[in-house]
Amino acid sequence: MKTPAVRVRGLRKEYPGQVAVHEVDLEIQSGEVFALLGPNGAGKTTTVEILEGQRKRTAGHAEVLGEDPGTAGRAWRARIGVVLQTVNDAAQLTVAESVRHFARAYPNPRDPDEVVEQVGLAEKAGARIRSLSGGQRRRLDVALGIIGRPELLFLDEPTTGFDPEARRQFWQLVSGLAREGTTILLTTHYLDEAEALADRVAVLARGRIVAEGTPADLGDRTRGEAMVRWRDDDGLHEERTQFPTKFITQLAEGRELAELTVTRPSLEDVYLSLIGGQE
Amino acid sequence: MTAAALPGTLTLGLAQGGVELRKFFRQREAVAFTFALPALLLALLGSIFGHSFADTGVTAAQVFAASMVGSGIVSTSFVSMGTAIVFDREDGTLKRLRGTPIPAGAYFLGKIVLVVVSSLAEVALLLVVGTLLLGLHLPTSPEKWLTFAWVFVLATTSCALLGIAASSAARSPNGATAVMNLLYVGFQFISGVFVTPITALPATMVYVASFFPLKWICQGFRSVFLPDSMAAYEMAGTWELGKVSLVLGAWVVAGLVLSRSTFRWTDNR
Repeated sequence: MKTPAVRVRGLRKEYPGQVAVHEVDLEIQSGEVFALLGPNGAGKTTTVEILEGQRKRTAGHAEVLGEDPGTAGRAWRARIGVVLQTVNDAAQLTVAESVRHFARAYPNPRDPDEVVEQVGLAEKAGARIRSLSGGQRRRLDVALGIIGRPELLFLDEPTTGFDPEARRQFWQLVSGLAREGTTILLTTHYLDEAEALADRVAVLARGRIVAEGTPADLGDRTRGEAMVRWRDDDGLHEERTQFPTKFITQLAEGRELAELTVTRPSLEDVYLSLIGGQE
Repeated sequence: MTAAALPGTLTLGLAQGGVELRKFFRQREAVAFTFALPALLLALLGSIFGHSFADTGVTAAQVFAASMVGSGIVSTSFVSMGTAIVFDREDGTLKRLRGTPIPAGAYFLGKIVLVVVSSLAEVALLLVVGTLLLGLHLPTSPEKWLTFAWVFVLATTSCALLGIAASSAARSPNGATAVMNLLYVGFQFISGVFVTPITALPATMVYVASFFPLKWICQGFRSVFLPDSMAAYEMAGTWELGKVSLVLGAWVVAGLVLSRSTFRWTDNR
């Protein structure tokens, strides 16, 4: 059996006077696109940065590409790609200089010009980084994240601040990487982003995983309780039921029900109830 | 997938150095502040100092110019290194490196390349200003240039290491820039850069300055660029080159220990 790309058991991170991450368990198979979904402050970045080897964990077991990220060395770092949330480094370099420079750090890098092309910055290759827009800057971050041909790519809230078109383009880029076989761990607080990109989603709230599954049946929403609404002489009625088909058959007894609707919770409803009370 | 080896620290360090130089010289504020300011001070103050040392024929401007060579490289090593690392931590440069196989050694090697190249350029600039405007004479004896070489190496090394250590104490880039420059200006005063000869300073002031590198760096460069008759105007009446090498050597060791034990990649552990 293949070992998973990421395996985490009982991960915990404490800061002075505060627990950022409680008992998180995760398992990401290689080749999978996994989204960690949650509101701001849920512990997404802390979790991801521990797995990237950027932060020390307080307790728990973590294994990334078969190694402990807290102690793994350079060879391991050459196998991961990291796209950080907020960096503004190298403002004085050009896009091409920056990508070429980081390409040198890896044993088997992608072609720098091709990567610049792939993230849609070919026209900006000679431009200073500080002249880039927010979206272009993020695409450069992705270019630097994938230049080393990583087996596992971390994307921490990659599309925050993007306009809708830039997000679509970015999603295509990520889907393309996934098709090439890159394992991707993505954090986001956008539901549509998780739905569009991820094979599996885990919802993180207050430092805990509160649900996990495919975006379609997260929180059992395909089989969970449905709401049946209809109108009769007494007015509007609502009824929650596990078995809407059976309920309506019995209720109607062959006649037509006025204004009949059956609704299941949307991903957003499920998400909001999962993170309940946050924000 | 591949058996290709990771590139070596030396190769990566030199590449980092190239990037550091480009970043530094493309940033107008950095060039103006750490690079041009000492030269401007030299040109302005040197033109104001009028007196000369009767028995030697040496002018105060020449003494000032010799001391400013030391002062200039403290700017391109200590001040430049200390603020640059705080900025690297703030803007994500260090965080980005942490996510790549570039080792810490290559990062520091890159900084060393920057410090050496910018310090040599600074010395060249100050010597041009000093010789053209202030009558500074470049020595001709190989012995003096040998002294120049080892004082330069010990000065840049100790100050760059202390800059790394100072960067660890800083919380924000703005604070770091202010504190580094305050320290720098303060030390220039108590080490007798602006006041010539150094014996004109209160003894306690020089006593305090004697525990730190700048006083000895400037003294070393005065021994290179001034005639030996000027040694009479030093605190001990001689150039004390042995003591210069001892104090600076001790600061190299202390700087190494301090920078290694305090350096951190990020603000949050």
